Amino acid sequence: MQPQSLELQGIEKSFGADNVLKSIDLAIRPGEFLSLVGMSGCGKSTLLRIIAGLETPDRGTVSIGNRQVTDVDPSERNLAMVFQSYALYPHMTVRENIATPLRMRRLSFTARLPLIGRMIASADTLRDIATSVEEAAETLQIGHLLDRKPAQLSGGQRQRVALARALVRQPAAFLMDEPLSNLDAKLRAHMREELTGLHRRLGATFIYVTHDQIEAMTMSDRIALMSEGGIEQLGTPDELYQRPASLTVARFIGTPTINLLPVEIGMSGRISAFGQEFGLEAAAQAAGPATLGIRAEDLRPAADGLAVRVLRSETYGADRFVTCALVQDQSVRVVMRQHAGESLPSEADGLLRLGFAEQRAHLFGADGRRCDVSARARVAA
Amino acid sequence: MTMADVTLVKQPAKVRAKRSPADRRMARLGLFFAAPSAILLLAFYIIPIVVLCVFSVTDYQLGALSIHFVGFDNFIKAFSDTVFLRSLRNTVLYAVIVIPFGVLLALGVALLVYKRKKSRAFWEIAYFLPVTATLVAMATVWQFLLHPSLGPVNAAIKAFGFEPVAFLSNPVLLIPTMALIGIWQVLGFNMVLFLAGLTAIPRDLHEAARLDGAKNPIDRFLTVTWPMLGPTTLFVVVTTSISAFKVFETVAVLTKGRFGSETLLFELYLEGFEYSNTGYAAALTLLFLVIVLILSIGQMVHMDRKVHY
Amino acid sequence: MGHVRKYLPHLVLALGAIPMLLPFYWMFLTSIRSPSEIFDVSLWPIPRQFDAVQNYSRAASQVPMLRFMLNGVIVCGGILIVQVLTAVPAAYALAKLRFPARRLMMTLIIAALCVPMQALALPLFVGLAKANLLNTYFAMMAPFFLSVFAIFLFHQSFRSYPEEVIEAARMDGFSEMEICWRLVLRGSLPSLAAFAVFSLVAHWNDLYWPMIVVTDTNLAPPPLGMLFFADVESGANYGALMAGAAIITAPMVICFLFARRHFIAGITMTGVK
Repeated sequence: MQPQSLELQGIEKSFGADNVLKSIDLAIRPGEFLSLVGMSGCGKSTLLRIIAGLETPDRGTVSIGNRQVTDVDPSERNLAMVFQSYALYPHMTVRENIATPLRMRRLSFTARLPLIGRMIASADTLRDIATSVEEAAETLQIGHLLDRKPAQLSGGQRQRVALARALVRQPAAFLMDEPLSNLDAKLRAHMREELTGLHRRLGATFIYVTHDQIEAMTMSDRIALMSEGGIEQLGTPDELYQRPASLTVARFIGTPTINLLPVEIGMSGRISAFGQEFGLEAAAQAAGPATLGIRAEDLRPAADGLAVRVLRSETYGADRFVTCALVQDQSVRVVMRQHAGESLPSEADGLLRLGFAEQRAHLFGADGRRCDVSARARVAA
Repeated sequence: MTMADVTLVKQPAKVRAKRSPADRRMARLGLFFAAPSAILLLAFYIIPIVVLCVFSVTDYQLGALSIHFVGFDNFIKAFSDTVFLRSLRNTVLYAVIVIPFGVLLALGVALLVYKRKKSRAFWEIAYFLPVTATLVAMATVWQFLLHPSLGPVNAAIKAFGFEPVAFLSNPVLLIPTMALIGIWQVLGFNMVLFLAGLTAIPRDLHEAARLDGAKNPIDRFLTVTWPMLGPTTLFVVVTTSISAFKVFETVAVLTKGRFGSETLLFELYLEGFEYSNTGYAAALTLLFLVIVLILSIGQMVHMDRKVHY
Repeated sequence: MGHVRKYLPHLVLALGAIPMLLPFYWMFLTSIRSPSEIFDVSLWPIPRQFDAVQNYSRAASQVPMLRFMLNGVIVCGGILIVQVLTAVPAAYALAKLRFPARRLMMTLIIAALCVPMQALALPLFVGLAKANLLNTYFAMMAPFFLSVFAIFLFHQSFRSYPEEVIEAARMDGFSEMEICWRLVLRGSLPSLAAFAVFSLVAHWNDLYWPMIVVTDTNLAPPPLGMLFFADVESGANYGALMAGAAIITAPMVICFLFARRHFIAGITMTGVK
């Protein structure tokens, strides 16, 4: 099956008084790996379940390829889903688990019945199914597990069975609901690689829900970052990291969390914090309180920077993270990342002055949206 | 207290060399705590079973002055005793009616009740009420309901233009009628067990089945619900059959064994307590016990491999 | 079509509920209308002549109905108290103390779970007859003093009680009795409640054993009393008969309506064992 595009238009959904999704528009390209990422409760799982057809939207449409499927039963959308719990049928062997979607589609109702079905089903179809199952199992290297029951498998193996069950029938798209969250850290890193490899090999459309920004950043072609039932930003991992559209995105993406500095935009558009002006200028109409976001790797010691007190310094192999508190406001903490080899030019009492690469700073207005800034020619006072 | 005394004195002596004082203290406490139950276990289970076995090979009659060993005569007699064989047949017939209907109807009701959100409590009460009610009293009510001329059931049958049915005087219908009451009584109990089984099925599995192409509810039932309910179903069948073999109250109220409607337990009651044929009744009791134990073993085996996980 | 689909399950459930509830309805209806309406088979809920008082007072005077109820309370209460008093320490010892013959006792208890009371009735009856104890409350209660089911149930529940808490309590100077009753049992109150319901319902409704050991009307518990009453009335006065049935059934039904969850948990415990 050709990879299919997916389109959501004006999707709204409420559970009682709880507005879970507020008018979502999203176009997913054929063959794309798209992540829906956000905090728990942001509506990402509900959105995925609406795509799958397990929930019905209050308003809006879902299309797969060019076919409108909003009211189509999940069984007829030709989508495969990998559940967080894997949802393997515990009473069936791995082989039967993987065969289920094919049996449902290729065998008639009577041929699926227990006992008598065996006599009715055509031998050719059954052979085809068996071949497809073994191919799928080979792809995921679980050929040797086919006759076991899910209870006899490890977490990672169950994960593979769930994937095999999904890919055996070449669906229009794969839906994955936090599929790695039940694995331990090491296995998770490994399965991330495998999933991206699988995506490359199949060239299929993947829609991947996760709360883990690292998963989203490392695996996706594009990320839709969701917050409070809306899509906050849609873009490549790089775009989200380099040009976060809002404070929410900036906070969510990146480790360690972006440093946020309360600043003031003056009437002239000049930006200052604690009386110190930076070499940045915003539009004059943005005047008022704002937030400046600076990534940890963009901070560096500078003679004319903000005065901070070093609280602690942690070295992780090649990198060092230095946590500091602003001298003017102890509650503002910043983390600087530097090479472990670099030295800290610390003054007496652990005092330090920090500057930053101004062209790489992100300014967010009082409403949390990104504001444009430009470098300001420095004029001697 | 003799048994407790013996164990208290004897056991620590054997292990004194190996155990610390704390262990010995714990062992003493353990025996002290378990002693009342151990004595009762001896007095009300172990000794009676032994006595029962002894009775079964004698011609003992309560109140008789002499008692003779008769070997397996009682058992041999049982298998040529038309009344006993009839009671066995009646009980099997009763069980054969109650088990399939009591289980399948309960499953059907449970499947319907499970999906109800707001009205679930109401349906639960409606179907479970007979389980809590005193069967003797309710059997009396049924007797009235099924009365050939005074009962509303026959009135309804007549209103539809059929002949009234002599539920409680036609010998052929006696056991089926009692089985009907048995189903009425056991349905809610089984329904609740099935509801518990249904609750234990993860929602994900149903959703996975839908995405796998099971559009038809029957397909989803066969793919997920029925296999996942397997252990519950087996268990329900076993408990239903054990309780079917213990049917007593309905017979005691409705027929008192008249018209050849004795059941196993009622026959036991008559032989042992009405006619005081203690030795013979003990042999019958052992046969009854064997039937129940065979059914319970099925239950035990299933407990061991309870779930698929 | 959509409407049919939506209401069809309710319709099916309602049709099924009619035979389930009809006996209760008929019992109540007959118990409040006059015996002269006996030939009125309609289900119309309002009787032409309201005779509840006559029926219920006849049920209470013809046989000592209130006495039956009291007997039921005494027997059920007595059984439950002794069952708990013996089963709790035994279950605690089996779950948390190491003592000789522990495995043997556990094995015997599990074996005893499979033995129905009816199989033991004969030797117990002979024993009680020899001891001249027939027609006593003791005879009605004694075989049930030990509930192997209670021991098994409490054992399962006590086992999950954290060992550290017990050890800490021992160091704090709690006696083993206090640990058992005040700490460990406290953690298993739901099991205790469910067992209480199970035991009360089972013994309130039991007919077999009282029928064997009691012939004295004044000692009869409700089901046996009902049997006596049915014999006395023998179809002459259905109003009073139904009133008697209603009196006997009412306590458990009312308790069930008020504590549905506990009841279902308790009664289906036989299913868990």
